[in-house]
Formats: sequence, C-alpha cells, structure tokens
Amino acid sequence: MAADRRMITTPENIRSSPVVKEPTGLRIRLDRVSKQYDRHPVIEDINLNIRPGECLALLGPNGVGKTTLFKLMLGLVRPSSGTVEIDGLDPTTRAFRSVRADIGFLPENVSFHHAMTGTEVLAFYARLKGVLTSDCASLLDRVGLTDAASKRVRTYSKGMRQRLGLAQALLGNPRLLILDEPTTGLDPALRRQFFDILRNFSEAGVTIVIASHALTELEARADRYAILHSGSLAAFGTLSELQNKAGLSVHIRLTLPPGKVQSVVRQFSKRCKVTPAGAGFVELACPEDQKMLLVQEILSSDIPVTDIEVHSSRLDDIYAHITAEDGCK
Amino acid sequence: MRAAIIFAVKEFRDGLRNRWVAAAILLLAGLTFGVAFLGSAPVGTTNGTSLSIIVASLSSLSVYLVPLIALMLSYDAIVGEAERGTLLLLLTYPVSRWQMIVGKFLGHLAILAVAILIGFGAAASVVSTLSDTAPGDFLALFALIGSSILLGAVFLMLGYLLSVLAKERATAAGLAVGLWLAMVLLYDLVLLGILMADESHVVGERVFSSLLILNPADAFRVFNLTQFDSVSIVAGLAGSTMTSAPAPSLALCAMAAWAVVAGLLVCLRFGKLEP
Repeated sequence: MAADRRMITTPENIRSSPVVKEPTGLRIRLDRVSKQYDRHPVIEDINLNIRPGECLALLGPNGVGKTTLFKLMLGLVRPSSGTVEIDGLDPTTRAFRSVRADIGFLPENVSFHHAMTGTEVLAFYARLKGVLTSDCASLLDRVGLTDAASKRVRTYSKGMRQRLGLAQALLGNPRLLILDEPTTGLDPALRRQFFDILRNFSEAGVTIVIASHALTELEARADRYAILHSGSLAAFGTLSELQNKAGLSVHIRLTLPPGKVQSVVRQFSKRCKVTPAGAGFVELACPEDQKMLLVQEILSSDIPVTDIEVHSSRLDDIYAHITAEDGCK
Repeated sequence: MRAAIIFAVKEFRDGLRNRWVAAAILLLAGLTFGVAFLGSAPVGTTNGTSLSIIVASLSSLSVYLVPLIALMLSYDAIVGEAERGTLLLLLTYPVSRWQMIVGKFLGHLAILAVAILIGFGAAASVVSTLSDTAPGDFLALFALIGSSILLGAVFLMLGYLLSVLAKERATAAGLAVGLWLAMVLLYDLVLLGILMADESHVVGERVFSSLLILNPADAFRVFNLTQFDSVSIVAGLAGSTMTSAPAPSLALCAMAAWAVVAGLLVCLRFGKLEP
C-alpha cells in the first residue's frame, strides 16, 4: 500500500508506469492549407483537425495530393498559404526537430540502400533517431524479417522492403504514424499482421494517418475518413457520417417463392424503388434512416419471404459516389 | 554533430563496401609508383632529389585526379538519394539538412584522405628508402598530401552543389564532367591563350597571377610548385620566371575560400529544396 502511494507521487514513476497513461498521440491541425507547384494547385484550402490518438484514413485517387499532404504534415514542403501545426508547432521550423523523433513515417514505395543488410539499415535509422540499436532485433522480429535480417536489401522482395519500412517507422515508440500506402506488396496474411500491429499502436493512443486504396481493409479500422478529390477535401467524418452525407440507399434483397415478385413490386413501388432481380428475387432501395421501418413492414406483411439480405452502403460505395462527382464539391 | 558523424561513418563504410576506397588507393598508388620508377630514369643530371621530383610530378597528376575522384564521389550525394527514393525518408528524421551535408562531406573526405595518404605515402616511402632525400623533401610531400586533401574538399563541395542543383542524376553527372574539364583543363588553356596573345603586356603579371589563383586547381599548382625550392627547381620554375607569382599561403586561402563558399551555397540551396 505504502509502496503504491510512493509510486503515484513521484513523477518519474507516473511517466513510466504502464497503468497511468496520458493520451500519447500528437495532434495535427491543417488550417486553410493550399499548396501550388509552379502555379499548379495540388492542395486547395484543406481544413483538417486530427485528434490525438485518432486513426484517420486518407482516401482518394492517385495523384490527388495525398503524398503532398503528408509532406506538408512532415514539414518537408511549405504550404503556399494556410498553416500546418503538429502538436502546436509549425513542422517547417527548427523547433520542430525535437518532435521529429516522435514521428514514424512510411513513404510510398519505400526504398533503402541496396548494399546494406536489413539489420544495418534499421540500425542506421535507429542511430539517426537516437534510439538504442538493441531494439532493432525485436522490431525486425515483429515485422517477420528475422530470417532475412542479415541479407542485403537488394535481395528483398517488395513486401519485405515494405516490412522493413514499417519497422523503420515503428522505431522509438512514435506518437504519430504517417503511413503512405502501407499494405502494397503485402500478401493477405501479412496485411492482417500489419493491421494487428497498427491496432496495438492505436490502442496505445498513437495518432495514425494512413493513406490507402484498400478500402475494404480500412473499413471499420479507422475512426474517421477523409476523402480527397481534385486537391480538396470532398468528405470528412466517421463512416456513418459519410454514409449519411453521401445519401446512398440501403439495398434490401428479398428471396420469394415463384410468382410472388409482381405482388411485392405492386405493394411497395409507391413507397420506395423496387426492381425485380431475376426469378424469385426482388431488390428494394431506401434511405439509411428508413431501413428498419421498411424491414419491419416487409416482415409484418403477408408476403412469404424466404430470405432477406440488407446491404448498407460500404466505404467503397461512398468513395465511388464522392469521387465520381467530377468537379462538384 | 552526432547526426553528422552517423552520416560520415555510413558514407565511409559505403566507400569501403563498394570498393571506392580500394579503387582510389590503387589508382593513386599505381600512378605514384609509375612516376617514381619511370620518371627516375632520365634524372641523372638535375639538381633535384628523387623525392622532390616525385612531389613535382605528383602535384601535376593530382590536379587532374583528385578533382575527378572528388566529383565522382559527390555528384550524386543528394540527387542520387532523391532518385533512389531514400532522401524523402531521411529528411523526416530529426536531422538538419546541413548535418546531412557535413556528414557526407566528412565521410567522403575521409575516403579521399585515406586514398591520398596511402597512395602517395606508400610510394614516396619506398622511393625515399631507395635513394637519398633532403629533410625538406618530406615537408614538400606532406604539403602535397595536405593540399591534395584540401583540393579534394573544394571539389567535393562543388560536386554537392551540382547535386542539389540538378533535377536528375544523369544531369549532375554531365555537369560534373563539364566542371572538371572547365576547371582543370580549359581554364589553363584560356589563360595560356591570353598570355600568348598579350604581347604588349596589357593584362599584366599581377592580373594574370590573380587569375591563376582564382581557380582552385591552379591555386593548388601554384602552392605545390613554388612552396619549396627543391620542388620549384625540378619543376623548372626556379630562376624567378614568375616574379609576381602569388604567395603560396594566398593560394591555400583561395582554395579554402572556394570550399567554404561552395559549402555555404550547398546548404542554402539544399535548405530550400522541397523533395
């Protein structure tokens, strides 16, 4: 008891105690940020507020400015207008250097010096970050590269390089992870493993920003989603917020005994959009918020439904819908 | 500084690994031995000792070779990393850009210094044990080694400058060849041309000698060929044909100034670079 109290009162112990955890993640704030290259706008007027410990998925077609957005967050390029703040600091300033050690970055198509071995590469980056090189072996193990650790990077496959890149990003307990297309080149088992690692960091309160095209993977894994379209933010919010915003309908698919399709079409065609979908199937479409009402109505009616499937709009439907509205914002 | 040393160690290790160090040592040592043994055949009647002859010949050789090796080491230091895709990641690390430049510079300079020390030193020590040498000759040899390293430093920095200016590695390589030709060969030819055409001495020796010192390669020559009497005798510069030759110390200062100014320009330009 006395020992417990002593632990709580000394500040050193509070910091190192595994039980008392403050939110560790870094906050990211982009305020009306624009970036032009040779008068050609790449990023236009983006406002983004990423909370500490949040996992944000950044979506958008190729060449839409995701990588430029990352470079802005990392202080590698200066915004043409607007302000970027990480933990209240402008990332292009000298003062930001101390924060850099808390950031893990995995660039798109990561590459390393070919003549070095995996261990050497990781040790080099660890030294630059001021991290003990003794941690490298366990990190290599964590990404499953122990067997290839003493092989030269030249001999690595795309997936292995990607994993080495991930190990590099995880060096030194980062408080912010910025991952640009991290799962390209990984097979399904490795992807799972990757998302498991990511979840551990997310649970520890690390802020994560991840850009990806693998929409089905990201669904339910991120807290919020930002969809970039032609340089500006087309949508930003949780999955259900985006579902509402996109206004996409829910599809209810009924399996019916032969000859009942026409009666269903007659009964519901005034209420919602009904389309016969082959022999014995019919599809009803309604807005998200009327889904439950409609299902109840169907089940309480005298239609002998043999099966029912409900498809809410998925992340890829929303994505397709938003990025298809060419020019509209 | 810690980060700079990490980069320096990595560059030096890379140099050992990809046989750069070995190749440079072989090249310089081979030429030194060649100069020592082939060049000593017709010497008999001059006043010079063998070592001073070697120093004179070596300074004419290193003025071509050292800039070449330095430029080959440095031209892709930045643009090469950018093209391989490693620069973007490095710049997100808690490292200043100048630390990266200083680190690479120290690493490359160490490669050059080791090659020059071993290459010139080994051959010179063999020659000095085989024939008689004056103590001043060793001083001239040390001066040659030191000024060769300084010459290397100048051209390393010039190489980095090309590397931060060029958008592509191939462009930087082309520019490096052009720079080497212009500074090591063409500049002298132009000066010689002016001297020949200028029969009525319009340009004057003072202007001419300051033009000589403005080029780091020529400053290197001036330093090594006029610094020590024993060397200038065998180099044919004794008897004061160049009454207003620039002071050797001034030549050294000119080289150092080149290295510093080029280094500052590199840091300035690299600081503005958006990867």
